[in-house]
Amino acid sequence: MTQRRQPFVHPYIPNSVPQAKEEILAELNAESADEFYEDIPQDLRVVNELNLPEPLLSEHALRHHIDGLLAKNQSASELLVFRGAGCYHHFVPAVCDEVNRRSEFLTAYAGEPYDDHGRFQALFEYTSMMGELLNMDVVNVPTYDGFQAAATALRMAARITDRHQLVLCGTINPAKLSKIQDYCRPGLEVVLLPSDPIAGIPDLAQLESLVTDQTAAVYLENPGFLGIIEGRGPEFAALAHRHGALCVVAADPISLGVLTPPADYGADIVCGDIQPLGIHMQYGGGHAGYIATRDEERFVMEYPSRLFGIAPTAVEGEYGFGDVAYERTSFAVREQGREWVGTAAALWGITAGVYLALMGPSGMVELGETILSRTRYAMGQLEKTSGLRVRYREQPHFREFVVNVDATGSTVAEINDRLLERGIVGGHDLSASLPALGRSMLICVTEVHRQEDIDLLAHTLAEVL
Amino acid sequence: MTMRDIPSERCQDGRPRLRRFHQARWDEPIIFELSRQGQRGVLVPQTKDGIRDQVGNVLETLPPGMRRSVPPALPELAQPHVVRHYLRLSQENLGADVNIEIGQGTCTMKYSPKVHDQLAASPKMADLHPLQDERTVQGILEIVYRFEQILKEISGMDRFTFQPGAGSAAIYTNVSIIRAFHASRGEADVRDEMITTIFSHPSNAACAKTAGFKVITLYPDRNGYPEPAALAAAVSERTAGLMITNPEDTGIYNPKIAEFVRIVHEAGGLCAYDQANANGILGITRARDAGFDLCHFNLHKTFSAPHGCGGPGGGACGVSRDLERFLPVPLVSRDGDHYGLDHDLPDSIGKVGPFYGNLPVVLKAYAWVMNLGARGLREVAEVAVLNNNYLLNRMKEIPGVTVPYAPWRRIEQVRYSWEELARETGVHSEELGVRAADYGLHYWTSHHPWVVPEPFTLEPTESPSRADLDEYVAVMRQVAEEARTDSAMVKGAPHRSTIHQIDHGPLDDPSQWAMTWRAYRKKVARSLSKPPEACDRCT
Repeated sequence: MTQRRQPFVHPYIPNSVPQAKEEILAELNAESADEFYEDIPQDLRVVNELNLPEPLLSEHALRHHIDGLLAKNQSASELLVFRGAGCYHHFVPAVCDEVNRRSEFLTAYAGEPYDDHGRFQALFEYTSMMGELLNMDVVNVPTYDGFQAAATALRMAARITDRHQLVLCGTINPAKLSKIQDYCRPGLEVVLLPSDPIAGIPDLAQLESLVTDQTAAVYLENPGFLGIIEGRGPEFAALAHRHGALCVVAADPISLGVLTPPADYGADIVCGDIQPLGIHMQYGGGHAGYIATRDEERFVMEYPSRLFGIAPTAVEGEYGFGDVAYERTSFAVREQGREWVGTAAALWGITAGVYLALMGPSGMVELGETILSRTRYAMGQLEKTSGLRVRYREQPHFREFVVNVDATGSTVAEINDRLLERGIVGGHDLSASLPALGRSMLICVTEVHRQEDIDLLAHTLAEVL
Repeated sequence: MTMRDIPSERCQDGRPRLRRFHQARWDEPIIFELSRQGQRGVLVPQTKDGIRDQVGNVLETLPPGMRRSVPPALPELAQPHVVRHYLRLSQENLGADVNIEIGQGTCTMKYSPKVHDQLAASPKMADLHPLQDERTVQGILEIVYRFEQILKEISGMDRFTFQPGAGSAAIYTNVSIIRAFHASRGEADVRDEMITTIFSHPSNAACAKTAGFKVITLYPDRNGYPEPAALAAAVSERTAGLMITNPEDTGIYNPKIAEFVRIVHEAGGLCAYDQANANGILGITRARDAGFDLCHFNLHKTFSAPHGCGGPGGGACGVSRDLERFLPVPLVSRDGDHYGLDHDLPDSIGKVGPFYGNLPVVLKAYAWVMNLGARGLREVAEVAVLNNNYLLNRMKEIPGVTVPYAPWRRIEQVRYSWEELARETGVHSEELGVRAADYGLHYWTSHHPWVVPEPFTLEPTESPSRADLDEYVAVMRQVAEEARTDSAMVKGAPHRSTIHQIDHGPLDDPSQWAMTWRAYRKKVARSLSKPPEACDRCT
């Protein structure tokens, strides 16, 4: 079929060497690979070669090409980034990268516990450390991201309670809400209780009127999308429980060195994203989701994800691992399983485990305190800038807060343009997605922002307004 | 001094002797057992005086009840101990880079080029915030745009999204698009049945069910695939679509695939092609040419991105022109020299994940195609197919191995059976696989249900050499022989692994299962509840 040309010998394909290929063809008593494609009807065959770019065969040429494209990007080490809204610029310890780049982990997949004991133990340790952070006994092998974790946690709640209504409280990231709505479409009713625009938090009396005997879950995010720390967690949980519903809380694990874990105020299912725990932002490609519950069979049996458990071996004191209650998964029983399971984000689970092992209790406490302090400091500095109004300043915040720019006469986009000219990535523009907040931006401050970085943001804003 | 005869020492009957393998066995404690009070693995930035003076003690400003009363009981380790622990665990893991990785059939465990990992680790990729101004991320957007053009050519589809986190998420995305399509025509309530085949990945059935569809599963006839008549009998005005893999997980290409698509189209349904097994047909045949409306590729399989112990992966969904408007937002668009994110898709199913998907994986997939070109992709496919058929020929020579359905040729993988051997020796496929681990090889039975009895699924891809394939076959021959001569030894395997045989009982027993160390300590190992400092093992 293909005309005779120079042999194509490629470093990734040992049997592309003509002699090797001829030996195999001779063994197979075949003229060419074509013979093995006989089942593919001729009218479905690609007639000529695909029309693809000319290959860059040498590794050097390939690297040069990709480096050239990447050079057009400006990273967070070149810009001063104050943007979060679901992806966070936290410090990544070197050991996290060292471990997740180990090719024994990086190139492994789905081996049995005898081939891949290390993967099972590393993920068991990840869930164990998350369990300590969350004060819960069951944590899943990571799902794709925090969006999926929330959507699945809600569907789990519906199955556990055999009810169909979900009440979502507070201001939720519109992108996340979109995922939840798509995922809960079949048979579930999503009821929204947005935050009161003045107070910044949802009204509990209103919640009382929405929760019924068909409510499966009352869902809350803490800290919320706008960075507000909700102090009434116990009241949300009690209200849910009074009506026989579950309380589902999405919590950022990086806040839990200083903030009370949701289980302690009554959450039944806790979920979230572990990207902040030692995983680079990667333009949004570093997410993984966790789901945690108490160790009760009615909860455990509703997880769709893999759950790794510890088990004895034939040798005393030796640790083995394996899948817990595998029969509930779609791997075992296809559509009879809970939702579905597949390749998700295991490497980020291992990475987050490394991060928590490095941080230890003191690291998590100190980090939480640092972020709380810098957030509060940044709120104070921006408040002093004429034309800016820090919203909900009386509420405690973690890492993010809303700044309204209505009084400046400029749009957020215009202000961010001017900041970018000065090397600063300003807050995420909320004006279109949350119009009730007026022209507002969501500013994000983490431990990577020094006092002088925050001061520079404040000064630059004063300069450009 | 006598000269040593290397061939006679290393070979037997002109072939290399079987490897005297032993997996790393560190008997490594659980990380909590390594904890020593006061140790620190990394120090974090502290609040300095300038900030402290302004804000005071922020912890006191937290709402009552929201200040954590007891620090999380995480382990406390110095940095060298964290590194040593995790590197030991990594050594106890058989990554594709360290074994002849053909035993995880359907997973397309090909070589993942190292240069890709280095490129993706660049701060110009790793440290980009997804909501940065488009002008500051033109490079990555251009890579996504270029790779989309490549996948359009490979599949014949008109538009791609990379938002799904991996293959099953891509299947769910396609199901969701099919649901939105029927809803847009007022048929959401009518078309509530999804058809798949038993040899398509279980997620095709499971995702359809999750999205609210009733699942109809077709079983193979003697050729290994369902006959069109079976499909014709299954379709009706309730048919939403067909979710199918081809070649299926048996490695058999369904030659009547175009007829399948036609039958479903005539019934008003859509057809989604799960291209998890595309490696052997790259540049040979295309999804759209067979009439499919949607398809998806696993970038961590076919396109060389590493599997990462089970993700992050990359799911690329492609659709025909008519379905573009339902894709998740945003899509990457090009306007002259500028690349941007297009959110303006009113009929979109919305978001299936945060932001734009795992774009470092897209970068790796793009680099792979750019290094190979059209001719290289075809070489990949043809060599993968030759390797697979060579392996098939060799495996068939092993007494006890059978090849249900079409034993003469396969595309990219083969689902074999040890049924005869199991009948003869009482040793089962799973047990043979555990014994294979003693020789340093992966081996996978297959997804359930086991339509092929005592199954195992091998997929060599283009990456191994003939010697690699021969070594795998030699080990399979060896373990089969061992089953005959010493079945108790095989049933007692592994013998040269990191650990010994696991007692799986507790994993299915709610009173004993433990998914975290804290649960284990509460339920199973109360004696360990004393402080870890007191544990002799750790000193």
